[in-house]
Amino acid sequence: MPASVLRVLTCGSVDDGKSTLIGRMLFECDGIQDDVLATLERDSRRFGTVENGIDYALLVDGLEAEREQGVTIDVAYRFFETDAYRFILADTPGHQQYTRNMVTGASTADVAILLIDARKGILPQTRRHAAIASLLGVRQVVLAVNKMDLVDFRQEVFAKIDTDFELLRPKFNFTSVTMIPVVARDGDNVTTSSDRMPWYSGTTLLAALEAARPSTTQQDGAFRLPVQYVNRPDHLFRGYCGTVSGGRVRPGDIVRNTAARTEAKVERIVTMDGDLEEAAAGMPVTLVLDREIDVSRGDVLSADPQPVTADRLESWVVWMDETPLFRGRAYLLMLGTRTVVATVSDITARIDMETLEEEPVRELALNEIGRVSLSLTHPVVCEPYTASRDLGGFILIDRLTRNTVGAGMVTTAGVRSTDIVWHQMEVDKTARARLKGQKPAVLWFTGLSGAGKSTIANLVEKRLLAMGHHTMTLDGDNVRHGLNRDLGFSEADRVENIRRIAEVSRLFVDAGLIVIVSFISPYRAERMLARDRVAKDEFFEIFVDTPVDECRRRDPKGLYEKADAGQIRNFTGVDAPYEEPLSPEIRLRTLEASPEELADQVIEALRGAGTVS
Amino acid sequence: MPNVNLAHLASLEAESIHIFREVAAQAARPIFLYSIGKDSSVLLHLARKAFYPARPPFPLLHIDTTWKFRAMIRFRDEIVQRFGLELRVHTNPDGVRDNVNPFDHGGAYTQIMKTDALKQALTAGNYDIAIGGARRDEERSRAKERIFSVRAPGHAWDPKRQRPELWHLYNGNLAPGETLRVFPLSNWTEMDVWNYIAAEGIDVVPLYFAAPRPTVMRDGQIIVVDDDRMRLEPGEAPVERMVRFRSLGCYPLSAAVASDAGDMEALLREMRTTRVSERAGRLIDRDEGASMERKKREGYF
Ligand SMILES: Nc1nc2c(ncn2[C@@H]2O[C@H](COP(=O)(O)OP(=O)(O)O)[C@@H](O)[C@H]2O)c(=O)[nH]1
Repeated sequence: MPASVLRVLTCGSVDDGKSTLIGRMLFECDGIQDDVLATLERDSRRFGTVENGIDYALLVDGLEAEREQGVTIDVAYRFFETDAYRFILADTPGHQQYTRNMVTGASTADVAILLIDARKGILPQTRRHAAIASLLGVRQVVLAVNKMDLVDFRQEVFAKIDTDFELLRPKFNFTSVTMIPVVARDGDNVTTSSDRMPWYSGTTLLAALEAARPSTTQQDGAFRLPVQYVNRPDHLFRGYCGTVSGGRVRPGDIVRNTAARTEAKVERIVTMDGDLEEAAAGMPVTLVLDREIDVSRGDVLSADPQPVTADRLESWVVWMDETPLFRGRAYLLMLGTRTVVATVSDITARIDMETLEEEPVRELALNEIGRVSLSLTHPVVCEPYTASRDLGGFILIDRLTRNTVGAGMVTTAGVRSTDIVWHQMEVDKTARARLKGQKPAVLWFTGLSGAGKSTIANLVEKRLLAMGHHTMTLDGDNVRHGLNRDLGFSEADRVENIRRIAEVSRLFVDAGLIVIVSFISPYRAERMLARDRVAKDEFFEIFVDTPVDECRRRDPKGLYEKADAGQIRNFTGVDAPYEEPLSPEIRLRTLEASPEELADQVIEALRGAGTVS
Repeated sequence: MPNVNLAHLASLEAESIHIFREVAAQAARPIFLYSIGKDSSVLLHLARKAFYPARPPFPLLHIDTTWKFRAMIRFRDEIVQRFGLELRVHTNPDGVRDNVNPFDHGGAYTQIMKTDALKQALTAGNYDIAIGGARRDEERSRAKERIFSVRAPGHAWDPKRQRPELWHLYNGNLAPGETLRVFPLSNWTEMDVWNYIAAEGIDVVPLYFAAPRPTVMRDGQIIVVDDDRMRLEPGEAPVERMVRFRSLGCYPLSAAVASDAGDMEALLREMRTTRVSERAGRLIDRDEGASMERKKREGYF
């Protein structure tokens, strides 16, 4: 039986022979049983690309069909075993989505197989694959130079590729590189040495994999346990569950809850098979401590030296969503077992995958990798990714779709410098508002151009003024012409536009005012961001609900006409989307009531919420 | 796990336990889909380990098609009793009403008594995460299934919703109406499952071990006659054969294999040398070739 699990990533460009190679390995390592083989033989005769032989690619090629059906292409996991290892192969397709898939496969890989077509040599694609593997912390690579039969098994071809790769190697952080000439179709140097290339005396592909080491076990470092779950069946037992991500622990050891700076002694390491003397990295444990300290999911129990507790992260982010990543956007960030809200405070550079150099950018598109600064609502305990995949790797989650949209690797982490800490000022929001005899609030009017936002917002402000309230209006005219005059109408600029308005609204709320904001603000994510800037009961999303046909009919500024004629680009409702609020505090259906009646509805709602009396 | 030779099982075990704890921490209403077979037995064992000394913090759900082997139901009830678990059983009442059975209704039987029944139970229970024992090695199309697999409202699998899974970070956040299926045994093979059962001394339904059983042949497959609902040909009498099962389901749809592996040691020996895949015994999977053919016709190869 195998000694351990080894996780292998395979990557190559289309038609390099990756499926053939994997199929071949599965077959030769006995992973294929007779009934499956019978099907394979039949399929090879019918659909195979190999004359008079078995097309091993058909064993794994289900994915190809799905690609043509337009289904998302994904990482496929395949298993086989030898005496050395039980292999988990992450097979990533070399097509358009390669970055996202490769990053996923590489995130857990111990070793990567990069396929190279002997006739083509090192391609830009090969460089990309190597760069991604390196960035994701895969330190061992095997380069399989395939289709040696098509270059007449010539040593010079292989030697040239070897030299070419050596020249690139300083760009990557690999500790071991093994290059092997193979013929995947016939099995040369796959699991058995080939006599067709007598000049090659190195190992076979399988032997190279068997010689690789699992890299995930960081048993030498200091003890780290990201707490997943607190096990409390009754008041007598309290165990902290998680998978040890670094080092070792024994009963009697002092551990600290890093973020809270409290400490306790480990009393027991509990398992169903009896208490343990010691637990090491990679093992799931349940720790019982000798005294009650406050520990919950997301905390990290550590030995000294302690990891950092940070609310600002500098990182590499791989972007995986169709909608680009912009400055100012907020996401859920999951790191270890902690989930917090992270705002993108800066995007400075992206890796040019052709040159592997960094170039300055302001946004990241799908499948791009860049340097991103994040600022977090709550601190996380983390380590640089190069020191710990478990405490340095994170994912970004879209707050509305809940999808995983990005993957990140911490490079450095810090704490917000103390001079801008939001300390409780003596003269605060409440004090300022009290002086004005009111509760501050943001009335955020959103809706299509021509929906009636400004008309209703004006009426609302007049009524509030008449009731003796202090208000301030922010709308396109007074903001676009001053504060935001450097911004256009691209998606990135719209995001920044709303971010600034949200910040200004927050400042006005701090000043004790009732702020009336009237902006199309088409994206839910931005409105959510504005909502998050103030307290829960201070934000009123007011959806001015007018069907687009009606807005178009009204077209008070002639804008729809211009947009239709192509004179205005990115016009909401014409060639840019409007995401309707899902649960606004107030919904105003303008087809059913006059602006005066709608303004009264707003005042009523504010009264109901206790904002005005 | 004490034996060094089992190190790879320890690492698979570790991953599964980690997944279970993520479910417990992230789910609001988790449920464990218990199907009584060997994979469920391993899954339950891992769940008990993950939460020891507490009991697993979720109930078990069994979809009873009314055609399971009697030995399976006995085993189920005994296990639930032994470990003090909460079992919920659901049978599709429409199927019972219409007397839907594997003999007369073919593919519709599976749809109504298994798939529809499961959806009914999941909807009624308002569960957000359902834990299942599926493995990626079971068939080719499962090779890219996620460990946390998102289901659209109505339980449909939509490829566009599937999320990249990086490191050991499992995103259990759901949009309104979405649910998750979670598969802690994703990275296990059938051989791993048996080695683990042997190493940990996990009890499984006795049908996995060879014994003389009353059988009939159907389409070249051995079917065990578990009760008198089996339709026999005129004049046909069941024949006693030494058989066991690789995979258990509804008895008229589960093919047995001829074997004399009557104990664990013999079973492991047989598994190490077998040349037939587990799938061969599942009667519902047999149109695999046809789907390849269909793909071919549509021009995919
Ligand atoms: N001559 C030759 N052809 C090969 C070799 N390996 C793969 N092929 C062929 O190259 C083509 C693409 O192979 P495939 O495995 O589908 O490539 P993939 O796209 O990388 O998975 C097929 O026609 C294979 O039969 C090889 O070593 N020599």
